[in-house]
Amino acid sequence: MTAPKASMQKTSMRTPLGRVRNLGASHSGTSDFWRQRLTAVATALLIAPVVVIVLMLIGRNQAGAAQILGAPLIAIILILFIIASAWHMKIGMQVVIEDYIHNEKLKLASVMANNFFCVAVALASIYAILKLSSGV
Amino acid sequence: MGRTWPRKPLKSLMTTRIERPLSPHLQTYRWTLTMALSIIHRATGVALYFGTLLLAWWLIAAASGPGAYANVQAFTGSFIGRLIVFGYTWALLHHLLSGLRHLVWDLGYGFKASEREALSWGALIGGIALTLLVWIVAYTVGGGR
Repeated sequence: MTAPKASMQKTSMRTPLGRVRNLGASHSGTSDFWRQRLTAVATALLIAPVVVIVLMLIGRNQAGAAQILGAPLIAIILILFIIASAWHMKIGMQVVIEDYIHNEKLKLASVMANNFFCVAVALASIYAILKLSSGV
Repeated sequence: MGRTWPRKPLKSLMTTRIERPLSPHLQTYRWTLTMALSIIHRATGVALYFGTLLLAWWLIAAASGPGAYANVQAFTGSFIGRLIVFGYTWALLHHLLSGLRHLVWDLGYGFKASEREALSWGALIGGIALTLLVWIVAYTVGGGR
């Protein structure tokens, strides 16, 4: 890598170390930016069938609901939706935390709690669907 | 505001830090539709985040048995429950349309003043319209739950 020109060094607002790491202010590059859009498109595609599934369940008792939720196609659509939306909300909430919490320790704890919450909600929901699918 | 911008950097924390220009705080700007929708997008996102607890509770109850499921139905059938589910529906559909607007901008389109206003009004009105549509269908299908 050639050294930047003197004129560039004057106008650039990046530190020399930051320029070498090339990851920007997030410390992790653009992977979250890309995944946020990936999961956004996934949930946008899945939302119509998910709304239809929820509408199908209105007015049914547990036995009727369990029968519908356990059907393979419906279970697969719901699991895909849960994975995409949990991932999406994990990234989204992390952005909110990083915007508003400036104490480093509290920020780390909040980011960690956010990860735990999203994984727990997703896993609990997926477990419930798999249990309904297996009919146990 | 009680603060002058740009703020003087703290000398004790400065080793190799470069003094970057700071943008004025939000309060300085005139309120606009895109600003309002930006905040609503974030607020609905946070609401949906905690709303997933309701979704998880409902799925777990369905997997648990008739008693647990009846509890969920008693809640979603109550006035407060309906209000929350109605709010969740709007938050979901508004966040969807508002998010699609962001995807359009990500691709580099819709930045003209008329275009960004149209996209924002579309997301706002579309979100409300879709919510009402879903609830009309819900009442038609379920006969008032």
